[in-house]
Amino acid sequence: MFLVKEFSSEVDSMAVGKRLKRKDADTKVTGEAPYAYDMSFADEQYLAVIRSPYAHARIVNIAIDYKILESLGVVAGTAKDIPGKNILHVILDDWPLLAEKVVRHVGEPVVILVAASLHLAEEARKYVSIEYIEIPAVFDPVEAKDHPTIQIFEENNVCSYWQQKNGDVEKGFAESDIVIENEYRTPAQEHAYIETQGCIAVPQGHDSMTVYGSMQCPFYVQRCVAEILGMEWSKVNIIQTTTGGAFGGKEDVPNQVGSLAALGAWLVRKPVKFLLTREEDIETTSKRHPAVIRYKTGVTKQGELKAIKVEVFLNTGAYATLAPAVLYRAAMHAAGPYRCGNVDVQAYAVTTNLVPFGAFRGFGSPQVIFPGEEQMDRAAESIGMDPSDFRELHILKVGDKTTFGQVIDQSVGLEQTLHKAREQSGWYKKRKPTPTIAQVLEEQKKGKYRRKGIGISTIFYGCFLGAAGKLMSRSGAYVQVEPDGSVRFAVGTTEMGQGMITVLSQIVAEELGIEYEKVYMTPVDTSRVPDSGPTVASRATIMSGRALQDACKQLRTLIYDKVALKYEVDATDIEIKEFQIQEITTQKKLLSVSDAIKLVYQERGQIAVAGWDVAPPTHYDNEKGQGDAYSAYAWCTNIVEVEVDSQIGTVDILNIWAAHDVGKAINPQTLEGQIEGGSLQGLGYGRYEEIIFTPEGRVLSNNLGTYLIPTTKETPKIHSIIVEDPWSGGPYGAKGIGEQPLMGIAPALTNAIANAVGVRLNTIPATPERVWAAIQEKIEEEKV
Amino acid sequence: MNVKITINGKLITREVPENRRLLDFLREDLGLKGTKYGCDQGECGACSIILNNKIVTSCIILMAQIPQNSTVLTIEGTDHVLQLIQEKFKEFGAAQCGACTTGMIMAATSLLHLDPKVNQKEIEDGLCGVLCRCTGYTKIYDAVKEAQKQL
Repeated sequence: MFLVKEFSSEVDSMAVGKRLKRKDADTKVTGEAPYAYDMSFADEQYLAVIRSPYAHARIVNIAIDYKILESLGVVAGTAKDIPGKNILHVILDDWPLLAEKVVRHVGEPVVILVAASLHLAEEARKYVSIEYIEIPAVFDPVEAKDHPTIQIFEENNVCSYWQQKNGDVEKGFAESDIVIENEYRTPAQEHAYIETQGCIAVPQGHDSMTVYGSMQCPFYVQRCVAEILGMEWSKVNIIQTTTGGAFGGKEDVPNQVGSLAALGAWLVRKPVKFLLTREEDIETTSKRHPAVIRYKTGVTKQGELKAIKVEVFLNTGAYATLAPAVLYRAAMHAAGPYRCGNVDVQAYAVTTNLVPFGAFRGFGSPQVIFPGEEQMDRAAESIGMDPSDFRELHILKVGDKTTFGQVIDQSVGLEQTLHKAREQSGWYKKRKPTPTIAQVLEEQKKGKYRRKGIGISTIFYGCFLGAAGKLMSRSGAYVQVEPDGSVRFAVGTTEMGQGMITVLSQIVAEELGIEYEKVYMTPVDTSRVPDSGPTVASRATIMSGRALQDACKQLRTLIYDKVALKYEVDATDIEIKEFQIQEITTQKKLLSVSDAIKLVYQERGQIAVAGWDVAPPTHYDNEKGQGDAYSAYAWCTNIVEVEVDSQIGTVDILNIWAAHDVGKAINPQTLEGQIEGGSLQGLGYGRYEEIIFTPEGRVLSNNLGTYLIPTTKETPKIHSIIVEDPWSGGPYGAKGIGEQPLMGIAPALTNAIANAVGVRLNTIPATPERVWAAIQEKIEEEKV
Repeated sequence: MNVKITINGKLITREVPENRRLLDFLREDLGLKGTKYGCDQGECGACSIILNNKIVTSCIILMAQIPQNSTVLTIEGTDHVLQLIQEKFKEFGAAQCGACTTGMIMAATSLLHLDPKVNQKEIEDGLCGVLCRCTGYTKIYDAVKEAQKQL
């Protein structure tokens, strides 16, 4: 294994650490990269889905005029037509493919229609009539928990529970001078990937099934399709198409999209395309769980952080899907990256009659980081301390214990990120005393309405799946060298825009001493590598990277053996340097790596190997509320600068400084891309984005004209700051980065708003209406 | 209806239904799949193309709305500015998932056709009709500015 401390990109690197051009750029800038909707198959059919118009209802009867449908060449499918199990496996097996007796959310699939054109499939809707009896529905998680009459999941609607326990929280509050207690609400956030969901199922009669599609987790889809069709897993093959953004939204949803297409294909024995329109996508697929968070913080006047108590209610919607895993991350991140001896976190995932919520970049953590970082700021404010200094007193350093009792013995770059972000933003110069509302009004009288403010958040991210998902924390890789000296590899994790192909190609190039230009990744296909778990939890670079390192190490040995034989040198005395194979002791160059590969091929040596990786052990004891929750942690400080109009509540964002400890930047350019894009998506969460539901539980903001994501006009200057505190378990010291850029922006923003106009928000997004209302409330409160 | 239209320099004459969308005409009838679908409502800009020297969203334009003898430039076209921007997008990592990329490149092409000397504010105005969910627009600005230098 590579020794982290000995590796320096400037001196030793052939590929790692360099701003190499993205592998997928060539076909993406020409539009030739094939997305699901760009593919076509002979005799392909289209699928339309008849969905529940009600949030909660019993299905009394499904009447289908089969005679007319047959004459039109349309095939209908209901739950009764499913050859295998009517379950989309995620975690708790409560999610059906097609509703049979009860519908639990608006938009739930009930019947599928398959026809030679989409128009015909849509037209055929009128020959299906479904009779429902509406039953009472519930949409709020606090209300739904232990609801006396409405039952969605088992007896109390609580589908998952996690806790953190540390010390004695009541004693901590008793020892505090100031206790701050608030209830917060966070919205449903839509992923708004630019490519909508879509899969194409191609059957080989009833013998086997291939599904192509836009997705993060092909192995999830493989299992679901196999179970729905009652086929052996070996007969189901999933091939990922170019995926136009996912952000968690294509983690579990393709289980449904792919399985609906596969059921259609199984029924008509022809290829079936199921491509969602934007409206169908927003109305019926997962989003970030809305949440209610009760947060209580105790501090002393000297700035000691005495106690943290949190209650989290995640609204999971109608089915649990990923909620147990999302809730775990919410619970672990609820008390923040701080040392605090008395902590109590109680977290519940509660089912309601909204669309099933799911994974979204940050995965349960943004919901608790907004309240947590608001509380830290309010605590600092209550004792008259600078909020960055207050955080600095409490942030974790090497050797410290997290609030859930895990000792972190290496790679803790939080302090560095704090120092760098503070320095580059000019924090102390920009941070003015927070005005009282009287001061704000006084300035208004003089015609000054716009006020600047600056806010901060410090956060951590538990890399990979952690103890709750450890059984999926594995990854495979396959590396094959070709006789022309090029290399191809396959992994089970997916590219969805984040830059994985590029970064993994750099790792392979580095490990084998081959030019980056000669390394190719084959499209992800479940038949090439074994189940490698999902592409989530910021794990692809690390886990596929480690699996590739494992494979490349084996390949190096195979190559060295043949070279040693041919050149009559000792195989242990050979190394790769600058694309050449040389003797270590004499530094004599023997041949290029490309020529060595040709040699192995000519000698009929083995030129392909499989690699494997399993995450380092984690363990969490939920009874005790303590454990080693994650293998490693990434760290980040965000600083946001705003200008607020105190009269009308509008907030303009001027600058974001985002300092991230990633262990090692394998490719600084793609890394910056992750930081910049994630920061803006986090800004969307804090400032603009909110799915609005009707009182009947239907998504109202169902297109990109009513659900607003940031355009160029709302984008501030984003300053990426990279900190590299290597982790010995990661390839070249790397940790995960996919999610962290989004997670801490919202509270840095609301803290900046507070600094500008002196009002605090308990709900995001910070719309002008909310900021304005908070100012009015404060005027009312202080009677100025 | 019969349409006569020059697409990427090639004169095309076709019989199409009046309510055929330009997006579908390009993608389905002509097989020009570099123009992407994103929303059906002209909101996301993924399907942006240049029609008679103006940037438009092809998902909300019907063939009947297009004057005879119009010209269209899509991502498949040959154009000095277009090819330069494509190169700069590659160099600066401005394409991530790629779903908005061709629309964004067309918007940038149109912008620099009209005025190669646009400033940052004008670039923001010129590209605001195309949504990107991956990049935070930062690398896109870098690519466009570098292209400007070489024009």
